[in-house]
Order: sequence, then C-alpha cells, then structure tokens
Amino acid sequence: MAMLQRGLKTLARRPDNSAFKQQRLPAWTPSLTAHTVLPIFFCLSLVCMLLGVWLLITVQQTYQLKMDYTDTNSCSKCFDLRKNSSKAQEICHCTVSLTIPEDVMGDVFFYYGLINFHQNLRRYMTSRDIAQTLGRKRSLKSPSSYCAPFNYDENKVPIAPCGAVANSMFNDSFTVNYHLRDGSTVPVPLYRKGITWYTDKNVKFRNPKSSNETLAQIFNGTSRPLFWQKPVYELDPSDPNNNGFINDDLIVWMREAAFPNFKKLYGILNRSERPFTSGLPAGNYSIDITYNFPVQYFRGRKEVVISTVTWFGGQNHFLPIAYLVTAGLIFVTAAALTAVYLKVGKNGKNMEE
Amino acid sequence: MGSLLSSFGLNCGKEEVNEEERHIRANDRAFNLSRHYANNAIKTSKYNIFTFLPLNLFEQLQRLANAYFIFLLILQLIPQISSLSWFTTVVPLVLVLSITAAKDGTDDYNRHKSDKQVNNREVEVLIDGQLKKEKWMNVQVGDIIKLETDEFVTADLLLLSSSEPLNLVYVETAELDGETNLKVKQALTVTGEIGDSIENLAAFDGEVHCEPPNNHLDKFKGTLTLNGEVHSLDNDKILLRGCTLRNTEWCFGMVIFGGPDTKLMQNSGKTKFKRTSVDHLMNLLVLCIIGMLALLCTVLAIGNTIWETTEGSSFTVFLPSTDSSDPVLSGFLTFWSYVIILNTVVPISLYVSVEMIRLGNSFYINWDRKMYYPRKDTPAQARTTTLNEELGQIKYIFSDKTGTLTQNIMTFNRCSINGKSYGEVFDFSGQRMEITEKTEKVDFSWNPLADPKFAFHDHSLVETVKLGTPEVHAFFRLLALCHTVMPEEKKDGQLAYQAQSPDEGALVLAARNFGFVFRERTPESISVVEMGEHTTYELLAVLDFNNVRKRMSVIVRNPEGKLYLYCKGADTIIYERLHPSCTKLMEVTSEHLSEYAGEGLRTLALAYKEIDEGYFEEWRHRHYVASTAMDNREEQLDAVYEEIEKDLQLLGATAVEDKLQDGVPQTIEQLAKADIKIWVLTGDKQETAENIGYSCNLLREEMAEVFIVASNSPEEVREELRNARKKMNPRSGDEPTFIKSGILGKRSQVMQEEETDGEYAMVINGHSLAFALQKDMEMEFLRTACMCQTVICCRVTPLQKAQVVELVKKHKKVVTLAIGDGANDVSMIKAAHIGVGISGQEGMQAVLSSDFSFAQFRYLQRLLLVHGRWSYLRMCKFLRYFFYKNFTFTFVHFWYGFFCGFSAQTVYDQWFITLYNLVYTALPVLALALFDQDVNDRWSFQYPQLYSPGQLNMYFNKKVFLRILLQSCYCSLILFFIPYACVHDTVRDDGKDIADYQSFALLAQTSLLITVNIQMALDTYYWTAVNHFFLWGSMSVYFAVTFTMYSNGMFLIFTSSFPFIGTARNSLNQPNMWLTMFLSTMLCTLPVVAYRFLFIQLYPTINDKVRHKARQAKAAPPPTPRRFTRRRISTRRSGYAFSHARGYGDLVTSGRFLLRPKRTRPALFPVVDSPVTSTTPQTYRTITEEDESRSPTSE
Repeated sequence: MAMLQRGLKTLARRPDNSAFKQQRLPAWTPSLTAHTVLPIFFCLSLVCMLLGVWLLITVQQTYQLKMDYTDTNSCSKCFDLRKNSSKAQEICHCTVSLTIPEDVMGDVFFYYGLINFHQNLRRYMTSRDIAQTLGRKRSLKSPSSYCAPFNYDENKVPIAPCGAVANSMFNDSFTVNYHLRDGSTVPVPLYRKGITWYTDKNVKFRNPKSSNETLAQIFNGTSRPLFWQKPVYELDPSDPNNNGFINDDLIVWMREAAFPNFKKLYGILNRSERPFTSGLPAGNYSIDITYNFPVQYFRGRKEVVISTVTWFGGQNHFLPIAYLVTAGLIFVTAAALTAVYLKVGKNGKNMEE
Repeated sequence: MGSLLSSFGLNCGKEEVNEEERHIRANDRAFNLSRHYANNAIKTSKYNIFTFLPLNLFEQLQRLANAYFIFLLILQLIPQISSLSWFTTVVPLVLVLSITAAKDGTDDYNRHKSDKQVNNREVEVLIDGQLKKEKWMNVQVGDIIKLETDEFVTADLLLLSSSEPLNLVYVETAELDGETNLKVKQALTVTGEIGDSIENLAAFDGEVHCEPPNNHLDKFKGTLTLNGEVHSLDNDKILLRGCTLRNTEWCFGMVIFGGPDTKLMQNSGKTKFKRTSVDHLMNLLVLCIIGMLALLCTVLAIGNTIWETTEGSSFTVFLPSTDSSDPVLSGFLTFWSYVIILNTVVPISLYVSVEMIRLGNSFYINWDRKMYYPRKDTPAQARTTTLNEELGQIKYIFSDKTGTLTQNIMTFNRCSINGKSYGEVFDFSGQRMEITEKTEKVDFSWNPLADPKFAFHDHSLVETVKLGTPEVHAFFRLLALCHTVMPEEKKDGQLAYQAQSPDEGALVLAARNFGFVFRERTPESISVVEMGEHTTYELLAVLDFNNVRKRMSVIVRNPEGKLYLYCKGADTIIYERLHPSCTKLMEVTSEHLSEYAGEGLRTLALAYKEIDEGYFEEWRHRHYVASTAMDNREEQLDAVYEEIEKDLQLLGATAVEDKLQDGVPQTIEQLAKADIKIWVLTGDKQETAENIGYSCNLLREEMAEVFIVASNSPEEVREELRNARKKMNPRSGDEPTFIKSGILGKRSQVMQEEETDGEYAMVINGHSLAFALQKDMEMEFLRTACMCQTVICCRVTPLQKAQVVELVKKHKKVVTLAIGDGANDVSMIKAAHIGVGISGQEGMQAVLSSDFSFAQFRYLQRLLLVHGRWSYLRMCKFLRYFFYKNFTFTFVHFWYGFFCGFSAQTVYDQWFITLYNLVYTALPVLALALFDQDVNDRWSFQYPQLYSPGQLNMYFNKKVFLRILLQSCYCSLILFFIPYACVHDTVRDDGKDIADYQSFALLAQTSLLITVNIQMALDTYYWTAVNHFFLWGSMSVYFAVTFTMYSNGMFLIFTSSFPFIGTARNSLNQPNMWLTMFLSTMLCTLPVVAYRFLFIQLYPTINDKVRHKARQAKAAPPPTPRRFTRRRISTRRSGYAFSHARGYGDLVTSGRFLLRPKRTRPALFPVVDSPVTSTTPQTYRTITEEDESRSPTSE
C-alpha cells in the first residue's frame, strides 16, 4: 500500500493518458485518391448536365416580352415633357402597342423595369425609416435623420414615408387593352394586390395603429413626399385597405433592387374572366401609360415586361447554360485527370521514394 | 507616499533614478530611511484592482493591431464615411480585448500570489538590540539579519560574520546561475570578529558606500567605514538574494540592496522577446495586405469620382447630394468608407487565433506522455507558447554535451587484464548478450566497503580477483593508487570520493568494489584496504597529468619496501614506453582497446614497473632540481618524467563508459535523416568530444572524412578550413555566394547552401575556434562548417557558444535550436531561435531561460518530428485558410463596387460581416489548427524526411500567399458573378421579387459560407469528432442565427438593427437560390480538387507518398522503427578521452587540502568539466585559485 502510494506520488505530474491529450482522437482520414476523385467528377458532370437540360427545358416553357417605352411612339412627347421639371405636375398619357404572337398560357405577370436606376447606392438605401413604415407613431412625426433631406419639407412638417427611396417611388401606371380581331377592345384585368412578399405586407410595413381614426386623420400633420402627387393614404383610391404604408406598390418599390437594372411586379393577370381564363391569348395589345416617372436625368430607360413563371422562376437562361457549360468543363477535367491517373498514377511509381 | 504610489502601480522608480552612490549606515533605520532606498518588498505584478482596467487597456491599445481597429472605429463614427454600423468593429474588438485582458489578469493574479508568498517569508532581523522574526517585505536597507543553514538569502547582504572558521560561508547559487556546486564567501576579518554576539552586532555602526543597484552578478564595489578605518568591499563579501546558505550554521549580514534593487531582480524580466519566422512573414504580409487594401480602395475611390462625375450628378434628383457634391471629395470619403468595408483582409481575429493555436499546441507538449520522464517525474514543458511552429522548421541544432547527450556519469564498463577481456556477458550458448537493466549484477556483498550503486555484470572478473591472480591484483592496485582523488568519510561511515574528473572517480570506485579500497591519503602516503587488509603505501612522487603527456604516474613504496611506478594514460602514449617483452600482450590488448573504442568507450592503458632504489634516489634529485628551476620548469620536469616512465610492463586497459542518455544515438540518427545538422558545442577536450561523437552516432565510420581543425595560428586554421572545403566540394569558389533577401536589403547577406559529395564532419578545437570566429575568418568557417553534416566544437566558452549560434543565425536563413542543461548553455539557449533546456538536472538556469524543457535528450525527436512538424503544418494550414476565407469574403465587395456606383455598399448583411470571422468560421479553422495531422506520430518517426518541407518553409511563404490571393480572386469572382447572373433578371416562382438587395446579400453570403466550409473540408486531413461537430455546427449555427435574425420577433424588438426581416424565408424556399449556390460552390472548389489531385499524381511530395503508404498499410500498423544496433568498427581508433585537467598532482602532494577542517561537504571539486569552471568569477575553494592561474583551460 505504501509502495502504491509512493508510486502514485512519484508520478504525480504524469500527464493523463486521454486520447485528446495524447492527440490520438479517432479520426477519419480521407484523401484525394483516384477512387474518390474520379467518380465524383464524373458524377458531378452527369448531375450538372441533367440539371442543365432540365432547367433549359423548364426555362424554354416560360414566355417573356420586354417593351421599352421610354421614348417610343407617342411616349416621346411625354419623355420630352418630363425633361422639364417645372412641368412635373402636368399629366401626360401615351400608348404603346404590342403583339403577342401566340397564346401565353398560365399566370401572366406584368412588371415595370428600370434601367440604370441605382437603388443600391449606399446613401439611397439607408435613406428610409424602417420604424416609420412599421407604423411607429413617434417615427411618423419625427422621421430618422437617415432620411435627410427627405425627412421634413420646407415647412418643417415631417414627411411620411420619409427618405429618398420612398420619394423616388415609381409612379407610372398602366392600363393594358386587348384588341380583338373584330376591332373591339377588352381591358386586360390585373390584380394589383398580392404582389408583395407576405412578410413585407404583414410584418415589415404597417400603418400606425388607431382604433377610430381614418387614415387621413392618422397621417394628419405629415406631408407627402416631395415628388408624389398624392399623399400616402390616397395611393389606391379603389381600395381603402391598400393605402398608407401597406400599399402594395409602395412596398414593392421599397424592396430595393440589388442591381441598377431591375424589374418590379406591377400586376398579375386576373384569369377569372374570358378570354383570359387560360392566360393571354395571342393578338394585339396596347398599354395606356400615365407617364410620370422621369428617367432622362440619369439616362435611364423604362420598360414593361410581360412574363410567365415556372417553379424555377422567371425567364433566366443563365443558370441552365451555366450548368451545361460546367458539366462540359467537369467532364473534360475528369477525362484529363483519368488520363493522367492511368498514365502516371496507377502503377504507383511516383509514390515510391 | 512612495508605497502609496507604488500600490497604485504608478511607481516609476523615481527614487532610484539619480542614485550615484549608495550610502548606508548599519543599525540606523532613521538615517537609511531618509535616503529612500527601496525596502525588501518585491513587486513583479503590474496591476491592482483599480489600475487593471485602464492600464491593461492602455497597454493593449498600444499594439498595432488594436490601434488599427480603434482607428477603424473612429472612421465608422464619421457619418459621411461610415459604411458599416459601429458594431461590426466593436463586437470583435471588445471580444479580443477581453480575452487578452482575462489572460493578462490571470497572469498578474498569479504574480500577486507569488509576490505575496515571497514577501511574507520570515527572517530574523536585529531590531533594537534584539533578534525578531520579521517578514521579508519589512526588511530595510541597513538592517542586520541572521541567516541559518538552508535558508534563502533575503536580500543582497554584506556578510558580517559566520559560524565557520575564517568567516567563510557556503552558498548555492542555483537560482542565479544554475550551478549547484557550492561557492564560498568570506567576511572581512574586522566584521568577522563580532561573531554572533548580539550586543556587538547591535552596536555595529559601520557605514557602507557602494555602487548603485545594477545587474552585474559578479561585480561589487564599495567600502566599509568602521571606526574611522576604510575597508574595501568586493563581490566575495556579498551574499546575493536568490542564493541558498549551505553547510553554514549561521551568518549575519547587513542589507545593502533590498527588493527591486537586488541583483536578482535587476536581472529578471529582461528576456529577449522571440518571434517566429512565420511571425515575421505575417507582419510582412500584413504590410503587403495593407498596401493592397490601399490599392483596392484607391481604385474604388477613383471609380467613385468618375461615377459621381458621370452618373451620380444626374442622379441627384432622387438622391440629393449632401455636402459632398464635389466628386473628388466624394471619392476621398469613399476611400475611407471602403477602408472600413475591406478591413476584413487584415482581420483582428487573426492575431488572437494565432495565439490560441500556439497555446493549444503548447499544451499538447505539456500533456505528452511520451515526453514525460517518470524517473524524475518531469513532464515536458513549453515555457514559451509562441514559438511552436518554428519547431517544425529547425535546420541546425546546437547541443551541449555533458548533461545533454551524456548523463555525466562515468561507469567502469570493461577492462582487459593481461590479455583477457572482462565485462561482457555471454549466455549459455556463448552468444554475447545485450546488457540491460535486468541483467544480473555481480554481487559485491563480500566486500563491506563496496559501493552498492556500482554495477558490473561479468562474474568471471570477481572470481579472478578472489583467486588472487597477481596481474589482476596489480591492475586494481594501480587503479587504487594512481590518481588524485580525495576520499571523504561521511558521518555514517560511508566512504565517498571527490574526483576532479569523473573518469578517475569511476576507476577508483571500480577498484574499491573489486577489493582494493582507497581509504585515505596524506601528502606522503596512501592507505588502501587490499582484499580486506589494511596496507599503507608511501607516496614518493606524483608525475602529474597534462594534455601533452596524456598520462600520469605515481611512484610508491609498498609495505615490503619495494618501489613501484604505476602509470596510466593514453594507449598510444603508453605503448611507446613499454618494455619490448610485452609485445605479445600489446597485440592482444590493442585488439581489446580497439573493440572498446569501437563501442565508444573511453580507454586508458595501464602499466607499471619496479624501480631500483638507487636509481630512484638519483632521479629524485634531478626531479627536485627541475621542479625548483626558475625557467623552463615545465619542459625540464617533462624531461625528467620522460626519463623514468619507460620500459614499463603492460597490465591491461580500462574502458569507461561516458554514459549517454537513453536513446541519444537513435535520436541523432533520426534527426540526421530529417536533414537537421547537429553541432555539438562542448567545453570538453577534443578527444572526449570526438569519442562522444562516435558513440552517439554524430561521427560515423561511413562518413567520407572527419576533418580535425586543431591549429595554433590563424593562417593555419584558415588553410585547414579551406582545404576541408575544397575536399568536400572541389568546385567551391573562393568567395561565398550570397542570396539577397529581405526587404530593402535590411536583412544581412544570406549565404547559399553548398553541395557536397558525401557526408563529412568537422571537429574544431578551442584555439582554432577562437581564430575561426574572428571577423575576417568567420565566413570561411561558416562555409566549411555548414557543408558538414556534423560539427563538433571543443573547449568552447559560453560566450563562444552564443557566438557560433549568432553566426549561423546571421548568415544563414535557417531556424536554429540550442539545447543544453547548464548555466554555460544559457547564452546559446537565449541566442538561438529556440532554446531547449534539459530539466531535472543540476541547476535550473538553462531551463529558466529556455523556451521548451524536458528531461531527456531523446525527447527532442518527438518535439521536432512530431510536435514541431504538426504545429508548423497546422499553423500554415491555418494561415492559408484564414487568408483565403477573408480575401474571398472581402473581394466580393470589390466586385460589387462596380455595380453600386462605388458607393461603399456592402454585399452582405452587416450582421454577417460582424459574425463571419467570430462565429461562422472561427471554430472549424480552430479545430483544424488544433487537431490536424497529415500522418500520425508513428509514421512521422518512420519517415523523418517528412520534416524537410518545414525547413524549406514550403507550406507558407510569399509564393503560397500569392497563390492564395489568386485563388481568392477567382473564388470571389465566381461568388459574385454567378449569383449576379442568376438573380439579376429573374423572379420567384410566384412572380414576386427576388432580385432585391437583401435576397442577393443572403444568396452571396450563404454561397460564400458553404464554399469556405467545403474548402475547409478539403484542407482537413484528420477528421475527428470535434472537426465534424464544429464544421456542421457552424453551418447549422449560421442558418439558425440567420433565421433568428431575420425573424419577426427580432425585427419587432430591434427594428432598425434587423431590417432583413423575412428574407431568409422568402428566398431560401426558392430552388433557384439553391441551384445557384450549388453551382458557385462547385465552381469554386472543384478546380482546387482537380489541381491537388493532379499534383499528387504527377509530383507527389514526400507527404503525399507517406500518406499513400499509410493508406495502403491502414490495416497493418507501420513497422516499429528498427532497433538500433551498435556498430562494431574495424578501423583502429584510439578510445583515449580522459577528461582531466592538470594541476592536481601538486596539490595532492603539497597537502594544502588537508589543512581544511574535516567537515562533510559535498562538491569539494567542481564536477563540471567545462571552461565555465574557470570563467565563472565566483570564488570556489582555494584550490580553484590555483587552477585559474595555471590551468590551460582558462583561455
């Protein structure tokens, strides 16, 4: 016993024999061998090719039509009018016509597109007050300084919604007409609601709460953004519930685009009535445009986009083609690696010292 | 006031600043206090509770990295510039500062504890005429204190009196210089007379004037004024704090320097801060990166200026320009905004992570059971935790010999008596058996005077002795008589020998065990107990040993009245002086000698002759004349000796083993295979060093040549060096070739490696080395030496050891390691990149100044080949990956700049930027850097060649860095443009928006994170559970945190901090997003896989090869390293290597030793056989004074 104790004592500083301390933790030690690398490459090549083909087929099913109306046809006069900022309040209408060669089946989405509009500038993006659009009353009356200079108007009245983003909201409006063969015209019905993210409409944007006040009363004491023709509580005269900060068009605009060329959802084809129950029939269409938004300052363009979607989203050919190219590249690499392996690596000659 | 100040840590030492002379009056506290000398309290701690936070913060902010981040923070607070929220910098900064503060705090707490412990030690102080126990910290300058045996010296004291005769005290200075042998201090006679009379001590009123506090351990100047007389004081009269009183009952001393003023404290805390080459490279790279950052920001700033001029000005309707309407000003501000955004290329967490990794890898060293020495209960210890990866890059090892390669134990191993060799053990079949610890030892119990520790395994020798064979008796009689050993009877009747050289001690001890016990000596006689019988020999002459003679003889008269000359010495020397009748015996003995030499044993030949009485009287007269001659005494004496030492009868030969530490030859073989060059720097003689060189495999028979440089003039040395070099490489030019390296020529010239045709070695002696190290020859020396596989420098002083190390360090771009155990190795341990101390030996000085310490030399191979290699591998992998992930992360911002009008808009969510380095990618890379192994330790030993990539700095250098930069560029391009192309014109499957900024940010950051994690997986060789856990955990944490931060709740509570509400839910449910991520990660990682696979196939590194082997042998464990078998060598080589300094013969006969009082004191002679003995200025015994003036070792 004494021996044992002494033995323990003399080894008092002996390190523990744990796998961790002795760096003997059990481990998986994979390495890049031909048996793992080559199959992976071939498999990935195959996967990419299948994906590419599948995506390409999918994308082919979508239809997309882009129509630049910045200064085309009758819109050129509006374009010239908007050059002069003093006539900003003058209303200008114009019409563009287009032809859809074959029936567009399924849900059809109408977008407006802007080219060279930088929603992604740092100062532009921060120029908004999230608390205000969330309906915080305090922010309603005293907007964040980030909104400057669009936080107060010249009379020191707070602006709602404040900031450069809201101020620059796209304000052209479209009416689409379908010209039947017989010469008559049917307006194409569009859903102008339900075009936002659910979370934006229901969480991120809210009107200031009030039990018995009307929206106009709530926004009393605020001023509309400088460039706006209507105050925020009168954006949609057709539906009182689509006004204030929860207006769909406002919300769509406030989701800033990542790149200077972007399109934003304007409306969705209402397929409840004939002849639009299965989509847009082939034929001639015209779009009446209330031309408000000036683009000539920043050398921008405006366009209307009519598009259908699939599970994969809108029409973007990049991904399928990229997958196909990648598949090719991987295959070539895999073949080269295999050749090298068969020629050099297989006999293991290089592996000898 | 002073103490108050110092307690607040504001003591700036103002009392000492202008001290030019110290003036102290004994027993006069009032007077001494008026001079404000520091009292004996020490304070090594830096902070107290109140000062900790401000002081520590202040210190930390002085560090460049932290200052840089403070600068960034300030930038972020400027609204026009701030492109990121303040928290992106504050969170990491606070984290880093608090981790460091916690570490500093614990360190300081420990210092507080040890300070308190030391300050509260008690000592007897003479106060008001009485001895009182007092705490150390209350001792004042001028106090008289009493020390007793084995007590620590309280402060630097002036020795007043002691219990010993002649007012001597003995002190051990291990804590100061690492030497355990006792040193002697002597008080002035005037003060010594006071003795221990308390009244007289209390009345003592001497005044001391002396030098101000300094750090010279070996110097002291001052005077003591007593009763109007002035006595000069020197170092001999001073006891230094840190010493221990030994063998002295009591002594009194007066405090001269207290606490912080003591020489011990003045010497501490000034260790040079070592940095690794990776550190240097990292600093250089960080500078490059900052330059690159500036370049990127400039490009973007110019872009911004142009954009503002062309586009921005037309966009002012929607975004009115504030005060920065001027595009140039806007560009300038953008520059700083981008500095903030792109700062992640120099991440703050890099430095913290590097420290943590090194700390972790140091712990592995402390924990390694295979580096734990059970016999002394000593684990290995990483004393410096910042040098680990350098252990994997060692190219030169500078080793001490005694105590490092050898155990400094000599054992009598073999002998050849009258043509018969003894000492080997054979089994029944006549096979030679390996002698291990289990081999049965010879029983010496028949001899009551035998030393129980002596071990011998050959029974036949004892039998022969017992039989009474006359030659055997003569042999051991010679060993018992012919030496200069001093006997010492301990209190308990134990006999102990004090030998000047351990060889001699071993021989006398052997004789004692075989029944010829050397018992006592007087100047005229030697008493021996021969096989139980007391016999006294009359000692007539000692023909002393010296380096030229290489032999010593004694002439004795035996009890029968016959005169004998006994001689032992180098075999070559003795053979020349033998009587022709011994020719046959000579041949046999020669064979034995060469066998012993082949085994690395140190041999001596023994011979004797009977002398005619008349002849002796005549000789004695001539001897007397020669020894009193005024000039050429040496030569005359040598001639006289020569005359009588001839026609000797050969008795036999002895073989003493200078016991190597376990595993030394194997270790050296392994290290040599790892292409590490080993230089042995020893204080030993050339023969000894050479002998050890052979026995521990440094010098090998298969080497093409071993050059011996032993010349006495600079020209000859130069010539020898040059010849050696020409021989190794005939094409070698006269002028060394240099590689220009370093930045702006700041680094000195670096010498190019030169090829040799085979393995060579060089042995250079002390004189030659001194010449070789001179300015005009050092390059020649270095060139030649570096071409050799092994270099052995003999008779090296501690200073020269450091010089050699510095020389290699300066002109070779290599990492050096110095290993040693004693105080004489401290200089080289400190000079080398890495110092290793052998712990558990005498003294602690080497360990205290070392970076790593362990108990046995053989652990060095594990330290380097396993720990060092892994540490280097891990550190390099870590750095590579770290730079990769941060560059990739950052460059994406750069590309985005071209799409967002260079407005310094970030690509990612700000929270992602904050957490990327700290949370999402921190742990997997840490796991990689703590657990990764390319192959396990057994394979590392099996293939020491695996070590060489580290020496060549292959895993992380500028080239590798550039490659990473390019890879990151590529990846960032993929990671930006693939998502861009996929997203920019598409919508969700319900037609809603997905090309918005927030979705794109999420897409880009998720792709990035997946990519860097896959890269991590590719870099990981060794997947432990922890790696899996951290990698998958980090990914899960990322998604969990992201979904949490983008949730309704977080948004409603912290509205403005989490504007990304709903982004994750709305975009990650889109197959489009996942397909994009899949594509971009694939495009980022597959080229890496292909590239690596291709290189493994085409140009496999040694690493790949061993991994391949390990994979093939997965089922079967690697063969254990083959056992090392000692080679037998055919070529004749003298094994003579007697480590004996000259000068003792005179003393033995003069009898001066024997006058000292008989007391039991260890370490009568300094056992150290190195020049430090003679260079250390401390006073030893009287005998050393003799030694210093005459010994040839004092160079």
